[in-house]
Amino acid sequence: MKDSSQPLSRLPVGTRARIASYLSNDAAFRRFREMGMLPGSEIRIVRLAPLGDPIEITVGASLLSLRREQAEMIAVIPEQESVTRP
Amino acid sequence: MMSRASEGSTPAGKSDHGDRPRVFALVGNPNSGKTTLFNSLTGLRQKVSNYPGVTVERKEGTAIGQHGEPIRIIDLPGAYSLNPQSPDEEIMRDVLLGRRGDLSRPDAVICVIDATNAERHLYLATQVLELGLPTIIVLNMTDLAEANRIQIDPEKLADKLGVPVIPMRAHRRTGLPELRIAMSRHDLPASGHSVPLPEEIHGMLEKVHASDSIHARHAALYAPGKARQLLDDNQAWEDRLIAARYEAIRDLCEDSFRRDDVEVTTLTDRLDSLFLHRFFGWIILSAVLLSLFLMIFYGGELPMQGIEWLFGKAGEVVQATLPPGDFRDLVTDGIIAGVGGVIVFLPQILILFFFIGLMEDSGYLPRVAFLLDRFMSRVGLHGRSFIPLLSAYACAIPGIMGTRTIENPKDRLVTILVTPFASCSARLPVYAIMIVTIFPTERVPTLAKAGLLFGMYALGTLGIFIFAWIFNKVLKRNVTAPSVMELPTYKMPSLTSVLAQMWERSRLFVRRAGTVILGISILLWAANTYPKSTDPDPAVQAENSFAGRIGHAIEPVIEPLGYDWRIGVGIVASFAAREVFVSAMRISFNVAEDDEDDAKSMGELRQKFRETTRDDGSPLFSPLTCLSLMVFYVFALQCASTVAVVRRETNSWRWPIFQFTYMTLTAYFAAMMVYQGGKLLGYT
Repeated sequence: MKDSSQPLSRLPVGTRARIASYLSNDAAFRRFREMGMLPGSEIRIVRLAPLGDPIEITVGASLLSLRREQAEMIAVIPEQESVTRP
Repeated sequence: MMSRASEGSTPAGKSDHGDRPRVFALVGNPNSGKTTLFNSLTGLRQKVSNYPGVTVERKEGTAIGQHGEPIRIIDLPGAYSLNPQSPDEEIMRDVLLGRRGDLSRPDAVICVIDATNAERHLYLATQVLELGLPTIIVLNMTDLAEANRIQIDPEKLADKLGVPVIPMRAHRRTGLPELRIAMSRHDLPASGHSVPLPEEIHGMLEKVHASDSIHARHAALYAPGKARQLLDDNQAWEDRLIAARYEAIRDLCEDSFRRDDVEVTTLTDRLDSLFLHRFFGWIILSAVLLSLFLMIFYGGELPMQGIEWLFGKAGEVVQATLPPGDFRDLVTDGIIAGVGGVIVFLPQILILFFFIGLMEDSGYLPRVAFLLDRFMSRVGLHGRSFIPLLSAYACAIPGIMGTRTIENPKDRLVTILVTPFASCSARLPVYAIMIVTIFPTERVPTLAKAGLLFGMYALGTLGIFIFAWIFNKVLKRNVTAPSVMELPTYKMPSLTSVLAQMWERSRLFVRRAGTVILGISILLWAANTYPKSTDPDPAVQAENSFAGRIGHAIEPVIEPLGYDWRIGVGIVASFAAREVFVSAMRISFNVAEDDEDDAKSMGELRQKFRETTRDDGSPLFSPLTCLSLMVFYVFALQCASTVAVVRRETNSWRWPIFQFTYMTLTAYFAAMMVYQGGKLLGYT
């Protein structure tokens, strides 16, 4: 399972993924978790800003914008098309 | 005292603390509609001040309860969690815990939740409920939730939480009477709901309980929340605690919020695909920013002229009624001119905050930040810094006041520090007179003049970027910055909220900054008037005054920049406001002001500039001197009003003094480099 994880920043727009883990212990990431981005939570890449950064994602009912440098610190597992969604 | 539930004997509408009105704290996530609710509850019975020692604003108002009794409401800053990551959130937590000396613990809480995003909003709400204060939950934007096919059952939620839950529609007054009734209840309960703790943490909590001194002093309901606060600060358990809370929230939402299993394309999705579009996004943004800038620059012009005219007339009336003398001069040139100098900024402040209010309330402002964040982050600023900086090209005052939309305190401070480099409209008269002095109009194409003017704007912009980059490096260490930004759902902006904000900002500007500006105006008037000279010639009087003497005194310092004492007087006088330079020069060089024909008196002044020579016979206003002066005006912080506003916005004299010093030093060395460098290269 661990092997298929990759940084959130590499996902193409429209991808759904589950959060695997955070690659940084920086206290700033606590806010991401408090806003619902817990390991296991489903996210979707909504769009990139026209200049390529930041990245807009959806978590639950929230739309969040995060910078690429932080997205690199978030490991996610993309959802395969074959996997049936609940 | 701890739980109102046990105090059935208190008569309704009366506080149980004697006649003191009850105090409700209003809390909620940013964008929960909290401010709109505050405005509807209190009308304009609001008071804004600062929490001592920090730059966070303290908003308070009075609502009228069900029985006509006054209820104090403290609108706490929006927060996502009780574990603070900004000074705003820290204040919010400390007030709720009764930790602030300047504000006693509120009697009860109103917690606003966005029904379209209940799970995330309940994160803060459940934390607040655990603090044990009597609480009312306001379920806001139920109309939007219905549109998003979410079925809500407020009663079920109220049952589970044990506190009243009042559904409300965005911007409409439905739900307000019910809220008033709940606020007047004397038996308002505190919630018994608390998130079950993971096993191993539970054991630890027992220990914390025993050692917690606050727990010893207060009743049972209060302590678990406080103790849990300590736990939440422990990094290792962080994940488990957050996860446990979200699990409990899912249980809460199971029956009370039912989401249809269809994918709904919301209004926000559709608007975003336009506003954040690769191509149309920029077009719309440019149109919005252009109209904002044009409105501040030109829309403010007419009312500003009107205000200047009005104060000019008032001066004339005083001139005609009072006997001639120092007192009359103080009233006309010191007080009336000073008050006028304060009021004259109001049109631009009102226009900027009208735009900011619309953009903030509708949800467009975070989108602007989203579009521009990459660009601004190159120099270490946030996308939110763009609008304040842009408006500063019209005037730094509204620009600096506009920085309050920047959430991160460090980004905000850096933006404030660099904002006055933007070439504001007060620099234009100085640039204009210098440019016409450099070029003999007859031969030089307009393009060259425009090019030079553009160069000054570009130079100021360069200053913004360079110093933002430097400050960002220097200030980085102290602050951890969560730069996750929410893009809230769009909603119809409420005119009341926008107007309330415009009113509040103007009032604060006049009250806080205005008094300082007036004081400095009177001081500068005195410096230009005293000591009196017996010579009726205004040029001699100008030389003899304190300002003139300062001009003489600083001559050795400004000589390397190519200036003599007369220019020194102009520079000293300009520290009140840059445009004063031109009128100070008129006095020094004895050129009468011609109200009827501005171009004519400008022409005369230019003529005078051209004829003026140094002691050695070379022209004083050589192209190099003019250029050096312009560069000085690009960088120097010559604006008493800006200093006063920075003082107000940063809540200390430290930053305005620092800003004044570094900007003026930059101006000095930049101008010296231009003049000395130019001389080395053989220019005059």
